[in-house]
Amino acid sequence: MGALIFYLLAALTIGSALIVALSRNIVYSAFSLLGTFMGVAGLYALLAADFVAVIQILVYVGGILVLIIFAVMLTHRIDDVAVSNRSVGRLPAALIVGAVGVIMSVGVVGARWAQKADVQAAPTTYGIGDAFLGPYILPFEFASVVLLVVLIGAVVVSRKEIREETGS
Amino acid sequence: MSIALLDIGLRHFLLVSLVVFALGLYCVLTRKNAIGILMGVELILNSANINYIAFSHFSSGRYDGQIFAIFVIMLAAAEAVIGLAIVLGIYQNFATIDVEATDNLQG
Repeated sequence: MGALIFYLLAALTIGSALIVALSRNIVYSAFSLLGTFMGVAGLYALLAADFVAVIQILVYVGGILVLIIFAVMLTHRIDDVAVSNRSVGRLPAALIVGAVGVIMSVGVVGARWAQKADVQAAPTTYGIGDAFLGPYILPFEFASVVLLVVLIGAVVVSRKEIREETGS
Repeated sequence: MSIALLDIGLRHFLLVSLVVFALGLYCVLTRKNAIGILMGVELILNSANINYIAFSHFSSGRYDGQIFAIFVIMLAAAEAVIGLAIVLGIYQNFATIDVEATDNLQG
């Protein structure tokens, strides 16, 4: 049962990632990111990371994906598929990616990973909250500062520049 | 060495993550569209997160891996916001988001 769920989620994730990477239409790529993000969230849930799965859906699907689709719709001539998503250097890119993939898969399959014998799933939210306010309090606060800087930076970068004539 | 098909272990998740990483890398390398490149970066970050959660689940039983994954998600959101703001700024100035057209700084 668990294996079946795993293979379904893996197929969803990898299939949508294939469309994201290979589709010639940027709109299809943007929408199939939804499948990838949901599949990855399902994999998190399968790995007993319930809190991170919900965060993945909230932040990626609710935030980043909506932003990306907004940007696609704002910048893209929808009837002009050939211009919108042309890619260059397919063959060298495929060679590089293939080489990287072969090397890494040899590493993944060949290495003797130390695994715990009995893995049990338990609710994680309490422990994560405890860790954020305990040993990880400094990175947590830094994260809030980073988000504030990003908020201000995005406004500064994307606003229209209006120069007021001061009459000097 | 061999991978059991029905007994889902760490390697299965690592292989899924590897495939997603390779597709993200291909997306980053071949796209000329700046938003397409950002999508590839999101795929790569997701594959890194799968690795974090898988190692966390199968090794320690502690929450360090999940907390790193949450930080990665936060930084991915920040990167997407700034990246897309820059892309929209480029689009306002150049009327295109082809990354090969915006080469004014190459001298």
